Amino acid sequence: MKWFDYAAPKTLSEALALLAAHPGARMLAGGTDLLVQMRAGRKPADLIIDIKNIAELNELRYERASGLTLGAAVACYRIYGDAAVSRAYPSLHQVASLIGGTQIQGRASIGGNLCNAAPSADSIPLLIALGATCRIAGAGGERVARVEEFCTAPGKNILAAGELLVSMHVPAPRPGSGASYLRFIPRNEMDIAVAGAGVAVELENGKFRSARIALSSVAPTPLFVREAGDWLTGKPVNGESIAGAAEIAKAAAKPITDMRGTKEYRRHLCSVLTRRALETAVRRAQEVQ
Amino acid sequence: MQRKVHVRTTINNQAVEFLCEPRQSLLECLRDIVGLTGTKEGCNDGNCGSCTVVLDDRIVTSCLVLGVEAEGRKITTIEGIAAGNQLHRLQQAFLTNAALQCGICTPGFIVAAKALLDSEPNPDEERIRLWLAGNLCRCTGYDKIVRAVSECAREAKA
Ligand SMILES: Cc1cc2nc3c(=O)[nH]c(=O)nc-3n(C[C@H](O)[C@H](O)[C@H](O)COP(=O)(O)OP(=O)(O)OC[C@H]3O[C@@H](n4cnc5c(N)ncnc54)[C@H](O)[C@@H]3O)c2cc1C
Ligand code: FES
Ligand code: FES
Repeated sequence: MKWFDYAAPKTLSEALALLAAHPGARMLAGGTDLLVQMRAGRKPADLIIDIKNIAELNELRYERASGLTLGAAVACYRIYGDAAVSRAYPSLHQVASLIGGTQIQGRASIGGNLCNAAPSADSIPLLIALGATCRIAGAGGERVARVEEFCTAPGKNILAAGELLVSMHVPAPRPGSGASYLRFIPRNEMDIAVAGAGVAVELENGKFRSARIALSSVAPTPLFVREAGDWLTGKPVNGESIAGAAEIAKAAAKPITDMRGTKEYRRHLCSVLTRRALETAVRRAQEVQ
Repeated sequence: MQRKVHVRTTINNQAVEFLCEPRQSLLECLRDIVGLTGTKEGCNDGNCGSCTVVLDDRIVTSCLVLGVEAEGRKITTIEGIAAGNQLHRLQQAFLTNAALQCGICTPGFIVAAKALLDSEPNPDEERIRLWLAGNLCRCTGYDKIVRAVSECAREAKA
């Protein structure tokens, strides 16, 4: 790796000041993307700002009324190790336990997964389905963006120079709601998704009150398929409705062919994974109803 | 100006200070500066787990940690597993089960497996395989490794 300096600010304002003074700086959360990319000569930086000592970025707080505040630097193991969070969001527990292996989960954050903006990032479709938002801070103040607006191209996001991601907010689960993320990989663990589907549903009187569906690894960015969820609204909760939404998701996918799979195979996976993820989400919704 | 950083840390229960460049990984610092060469480099990109160490209470791949991040933290490496000349029972179990061939992956497997047994004394085979999914071995085919760890889990149960 090329030489860089290192700073570990303790406050958000200190971090923002450093960022403003060093346009070539990069943020270090768990480093499981950043250090790999820097070592490969991508992502050069003259200053690394370690953001793990900043209180707001380490916050993991669930409240029944207001939902979940997930600090951008919180590592995966803290999410699945938190009983209240795991109970309220079994789907988040699931995603935090499938990113990498045990060692990676000791470091990797969901904030890093989002900021890295890989098309294959496993947490992003689920965050989109759950309706999560991002708290972004910069020298000029703060703003909020929806997760589905965050990634703009492979490895690119909406953060402007001088801005960083502080935390994500996930709305409190409503009665009769459930979510799930499912990916396909050739191994059982430790691999990059060939395709993945994150879904969230809300059921009422045997019908879908609302649904949100997003896909990974089948477009330049994680893909929010709004029309698939909208189509489900008002439909009865049954296999036919689920299969219909899965077909819409499949039609929305714009995959490429690469060493992990052909575009035809990936499209097929979109429908299978969406259907299975919806089945799990429905089951979870019925359990908490 | 390019300046090295003074890092104060605790390694295997001993206070250790070292001077490193910010760009050096914890793996490089342990091996090349501190002289603890038990921790191995396999892939240097987080995939193989041969560089596994315990950082505070979590196992991590030390190739994906900067040495400067160790400031004020506690590290356990493979050198901290045996008690003097007394092998840890996991180390013994690796020997009796022939759970190693070239040995490059072994320190990582032992550090990772010990962390599992420390937090969950009785994992079943599936749990062991899942926990060790981030440790790769090109020689043994894994069965003997899983057998060695399972044996220690069973002992804990007995
Ligand atoms: C062996 C291995 C297995 C993996 N398996 C998976 C997997 O199964 N699924 C998956 O999705 N990913 C996987 N990954 C990729 C990676 O672990 C994840 O993307 C992880 O969530 C990244 O988080 P991090 O905290 O390590 O991010 P970092 O590497 O610290 O940061 C990632 C990027 O985001 C920027 N950044 C971080 N935080 C902020 C912030 N708050 N504000 C602004 N920018 C920020 C950094 O500058 C960097 O560019 C794997 C990686 C490895 C090495
Ligand atoms: S050398 Fe660190 S994971 Fe392979
Ligand atoms: S014994 Fe050679 S890699 Fe495991």
